[in-house]
Amino acid sequence: MGKSVIKVENVGMQFNLSQEKVDNLKEYVIKMLKRELLFQEFWALKNISFEIEKGDRMGVLGLNGAGKSTLLKIISGVMKPTEGNLEIKGKLVPLLELGAGFDSNYTGRENIYLNGAILGYTKEFLDEKYDEIVEFAEIRDFMDVPIKNFSSGMRARLGFAIATVVEPEILVLDEVLSVGDAKFRQKSEARIMELFDEGITVLFVSHSIEQVKRLCNKAIWLEKGKIVMQGDAEEVCNKYAES
Amino acid sequence: MEISKKFEHRFIVNFSKYQYLLKELIKRDIKIKYRRSVLGIFWSFLNPLLTMVVLTIIFSAIFSMTIENFPVYFLTGKLVFDFFAQGSKGAMMSIIRNGAIIKKVYVPKYMYSLGVIFSNFVTFALSLIVLFMVMIATHADFTIYILYAILPILLLLMFTIGAGLLLAALTVFFRDIEHLYGVFITMLMYGSAIFYPASIIPQQYQFLFNLNPIYALISLCRDSFLYGQAFNTGTLLYASISSVIILILGIVVFYKYQDKFILNI
Repeated sequence: MGKSVIKVENVGMQFNLSQEKVDNLKEYVIKMLKRELLFQEFWALKNISFEIEKGDRMGVLGLNGAGKSTLLKIISGVMKPTEGNLEIKGKLVPLLELGAGFDSNYTGRENIYLNGAILGYTKEFLDEKYDEIVEFAEIRDFMDVPIKNFSSGMRARLGFAIATVVEPEILVLDEVLSVGDAKFRQKSEARIMELFDEGITVLFVSHSIEQVKRLCNKAIWLEKGKIVMQGDAEEVCNKYAES
Repeated sequence: MEISKKFEHRFIVNFSKYQYLLKELIKRDIKIKYRRSVLGIFWSFLNPLLTMVVLTIIFSAIFSMTIENFPVYFLTGKLVFDFFAQGSKGAMMSIIRNGAIIKKVYVPKYMYSLGVIFSNFVTFALSLIVLFMVMIATHADFTIYILYAILPILLLLMFTIGAGLLLAALTVFFRDIEHLYGVFITMLMYGSAIFYPASIIPQQYQFLFNLNPIYALISLCRDSFLYGQAFNTGTLLYASISSVIILILGIVVFYKYQDKFILNI
């Protein structure tokens, strides 16, 4: 038994759903005076507890709106849960939306440093890995071109190359990465499999039961913000498929 | 991204870890602002300089009796005010503008606000060169008191960071603050005696100047650059207290509401 690297205890996430979104002061004051500020409480996640041990590859299954993305956001630290505790040990890299931090007026080169900084890398690290990133993304000739002139495939490739250049201890993946053309997709899958083989811990969200079965050894099944079942990937997937 | 933490205290603990990010954000803001303009960073010199020339021509005729060195008088006011206005406005929008990335990757959110403020501060520091050039051109006295200006400039930075964080947090929830603040800034500009002498305002309204912390900071800077005299203790005290209060208020409000930003951007 390895030690747990992700420990989630009784995590719950509450949203306030208002009938109409009030996002300005004028409406807020008017509604407050008319006593119309009604909020509907809504728990996107409730009583979520699980542990992931080092080297585990955990798949998260569930329909749209089951709370999968919210769970990933909580684990990657973007959202703070309303209740419950979370413990994460090790370097966590989220592969959510690639290149979300790009500045379109910046060149490819400048974006490597900017996006790298957002992901928490140091300058020395980026200097050292710069060639590797460019090589992997296959865009050497375009490094001094502003990103706004990149094709969406090139952006995604660059984003993927920057995000995966580190050796993360925990990798958070949302859906499968369909990046660029068929050739690059193979390459990116190979890179992810390489990371898998190195024994990193993975949290993987997918709609595809096939993928979870193929890639994961453990799984959680979420429905309406609650855990329906967790355990061995094969078992959970079969039950999920039946439902 | 080391996340062996329980979310508390990340305000301070993470600062050193994300220092490089702050540098990159400052660099980005400055680079993007001047990219594709032929004169580049010189715009930050030219803009106050040209405004000064125009206003000097217009106003020196009117106020020449009361203001001894109008170009320097105007520039100190304008530079201080512009830094505050640009910095706080930029910080106000910083969370909303970076919404897409805030939703994806965890970074201490105040970094985005600080990035905008510091990049404006760099421009401000560079434009002080213009001030010195104008001081030389107008044969102003260079006294030891110029070094004292560091103090009001530091207070100005604190004040701007506080106001920026406060506005950034509030604007996430109430978008129309952006427009209200635009009007407020215009009012503040006319109320800070930038291009007219404070003495032309009737006695019964003078208290407005005494209440305006930006005016206090401007007068402190004028004491150093223009008049070559020690600070007025009352003004210095008021400027210090208001800067510290705004800074603390900004940090507290930002810290309290930062976890809810993501639900509103």
